Amino acid sequence: MPIVIALVLIAVGSVAFHLWNPWWLTPIASNWQYIDATIAITFWITGVVFTAVILFMAYCVFRFRHIPGRQAAYEPENKKLEWWLAIVTGVGVAAMLTPGLFVWSQFVTVPANATEFEAVGQQWNWAFRLPGKSGRLGTSDVKYISSDNPLGVNPNDPNGKDNIVIVGDDLHLPVGKPVKVLLRSVDVVHDFYVPEFRAKMDLMPGMVTRFWFTPIRTGEFEILCAGFCGVGHPQMRGKVVVDTESDYQTWLGKQQTFAQLSTPAK
Amino acid sequence: MSEVTADTVGSIGPAEVPEVELYHAHTWLTKYVFCQDAKVIAIQYSLTAMAIGLVALVLSWLMRLQLAFPGEFSLIQSDNYYQFITMHGMIMVIYLLTALFLGGFGNYLIPLMVGARDMAFPYVNMLSYWIYLLAVLILVAGFFAPGGPTGAGWTLYPPQAILSGTPGHEWGIILMMASLILFIIGFTMGGLNYVVTVLQCRTRGMTLMRLPLTVWGIFTATVMALLAFPALFVGCVMMTLDRMLGTSFFMPSIVELGQQLTYSGGSPILFQHLFWFFGHPEVYIVALPAFGIVSDLISTHARKNIFGYRMMVWAIVGIGALSFIVWAHHMYVSGMDSYFGFFFATTTLIIAVPTAIKVYNWVLTLWRGDIHLTVPMLFALAFIVTFVNGGLTGLFLGNVVVDVPLSATLFVVAHFHMVMGVAPIMTVFGGIYHWYPKVTGRMLNETLGRVHFWVTFVGAYAIFFPMHYLGLLGVPRRYYELGDTAFIPPSAATLNVFITVAALIVGAAQMVFLFNLFWSLSRGKESGPNPWRANTLEWQTPQTPPGHGNWGKELPVVYRWPYDYSVPGAEQDFIPQNQPAFAKVG
Repeated sequence: MPIVIALVLIAVGSVAFHLWNPWWLTPIASNWQYIDATIAITFWITGVVFTAVILFMAYCVFRFRHIPGRQAAYEPENKKLEWWLAIVTGVGVAAMLTPGLFVWSQFVTVPANATEFEAVGQQWNWAFRLPGKSGRLGTSDVKYISSDNPLGVNPNDPNGKDNIVIVGDDLHLPVGKPVKVLLRSVDVVHDFYVPEFRAKMDLMPGMVTRFWFTPIRTGEFEILCAGFCGVGHPQMRGKVVVDTESDYQTWLGKQQTFAQLSTPAK
Repeated sequence: MSEVTADTVGSIGPAEVPEVELYHAHTWLTKYVFCQDAKVIAIQYSLTAMAIGLVALVLSWLMRLQLAFPGEFSLIQSDNYYQFITMHGMIMVIYLLTALFLGGFGNYLIPLMVGARDMAFPYVNMLSYWIYLLAVLILVAGFFAPGGPTGAGWTLYPPQAILSGTPGHEWGIILMMASLILFIIGFTMGGLNYVVTVLQCRTRGMTLMRLPLTVWGIFTATVMALLAFPALFVGCVMMTLDRMLGTSFFMPSIVELGQQLTYSGGSPILFQHLFWFFGHPEVYIVALPAFGIVSDLISTHARKNIFGYRMMVWAIVGIGALSFIVWAHHMYVSGMDSYFGFFFATTTLIIAVPTAIKVYNWVLTLWRGDIHLTVPMLFALAFIVTFVNGGLTGLFLGNVVVDVPLSATLFVVAHFHMVMGVAPIMTVFGGIYHWYPKVTGRMLNETLGRVHFWVTFVGAYAIFFPMHYLGLLGVPRRYYELGDTAFIPPSAATLNVFITVAALIVGAAQMVFLFNLFWSLSRGKESGPNPWRANTLEWQTPQTPPGHGNWGKELPVVYRWPYDYSVPGAEQDFIPQNQPAFAKVG
């Protein structure tokens, strides 16, 4: 009998733990509320299935436990029941997959008005690059990297001259405007991860990866690395500050461009 | 089509090929060490796998101690921590679970369950074990090599795995590659054996649709492994070349700590595709034998036929096939073409349907059964609970947008431990309590078994269920320490302590199990040939433990499927597969 009690406790206890434990998604700070909604749908469907299966099992163990004289039924199959269960499962799966794919199609479609910025990872810190007045990021390559040019911006590309380069400092973003993040790593796989934004993406050395989001509230958020990158992985932190438009412009005015940084100080 | 009712026995044709004489060992060395008998090889595989598994257990203690009490132990520095998690993961997935299910259970059960005298190629089968042992020794050598074993994480992603920011990049990674390459060679030798034996060495009357589900599970898993491991094999060879000869298969242009390296033009994402083309089927290589074994445990101990046998077989085959087109769900945030997300999310969620059918059929086998709550049955029930839990969280991670926030968090760690760690290990234990009497002639001690069960089941659930919620919160995996992170409340540290305490207790309970294994060898109650009154052929051998050649003079002849339990009108509540007719009551 203890197993019946244990099964019931696991079913009921898991639901209770889900409802009353203090750990939950961080308060969202981007436009990806749809992701949270898909998580909620998935919790509902899987939660019902889990509770139902475990409780049914507990009932079976209780009701059909061995007692002297009991004989099991002989029923090799029941086509109708098996097909019904398969169909119901299919419907449940579709109910999770359909919203998931809709949200994914938004996730992979970058709005035309999104402004670009670049996050560059190296063991074990973050750097950033924003387009300047021309609104374009210059090309880059690992081979251009030097102590004067930590991000490897192409010095021969005119589009790169006015790019704003941020090394060892916080990234700022204006609230309410969609941004397209271009991700580049100069050494190993990293991952740009701000839990409050929900979206994350790997930095894959040798290629430029991308994703987009819109910050919806101002504040400071921690950037973590979520792609294991060696012994310094947990220390690879950065900070993104979401500003009002005017604060953002003030901050932007104080930043140095690639041309300014690479002019040797006389 | 199969006959799944008790009254249609069907006629059994004569044997198509004459028996081939087995190799008979004459010396102690060829009988017990370099032995060609699949039963001995099975025990060698199992003991080696459990021994290396103990190492993995200790490593998990060390990493849990660090997570609960960061910085308290001078033994556990950042680089050691990553070496511990890497070795723990690799050992558990490959050297313990794969080896134990296929090399251990597969070797012991396949010939006996299909009514063969041994594997098809006993000599190659013996080689398979010795190469496996060599692979294990080379893996362990990493601990003693300069710089220690690799700390690249069990996924071994380049460029990180072979660059200097990762511990063990000098020798550890090379030893890991060498060990994996050997493991795959050894496995291929064993695997071909299992496949050929199931296809060619079944006794008369043992049609494919009369195979016990254990054999179906191990057989399908082996076919999958033979198709999946080569991807890992080439990945390992190419990465070894990148590391030792400076080729650039996986290495693009890189600046490492201010230095330009000579690599250029390689693709790290290619390694990920190769790794997961192996890595996802690997999940099912571990799961399918568990599915099969648990089906037989439930049926035998509930004294009831497995519900929906044919559907169960097709579900195993279907899951095996589908699992080859879902691999990139491990790479949703890798930066691969974003349209892959649609395809892989769809295939991944479709696989839930045959998997769910299996769960329903296990539970429906309990329905109107005569459930004996033996230790194997308890573990089978624990398997269902943990597998359902871990399977359902797979629906989160498989659904591409939901994976985006949860990937690389503790939610993933909790999910895969529940579904491919705890659940299959519950089956391993259930299987050992079930078949130990056949292997040794003695029962495992029941009381110790129950203590082991309760601590392991409740403890493992207490470790991994709450861990999902740390992942939801956003706590990343593979963090040596969380440090001061604004969004992580102090309560998360409390939960980490709780999880660690549970892990220490569950680990300790395994010592009870080991003690039981050895103690019962001489002190266990004598079991007789068929203590569970089971139908499958391994319980019908003339000797227990079965002798060399398994069957004495005559091979058994099979007249029915393995699930004739509680047949109405039969005298007993079981009818072995080799029994032609049954005595009616009255």
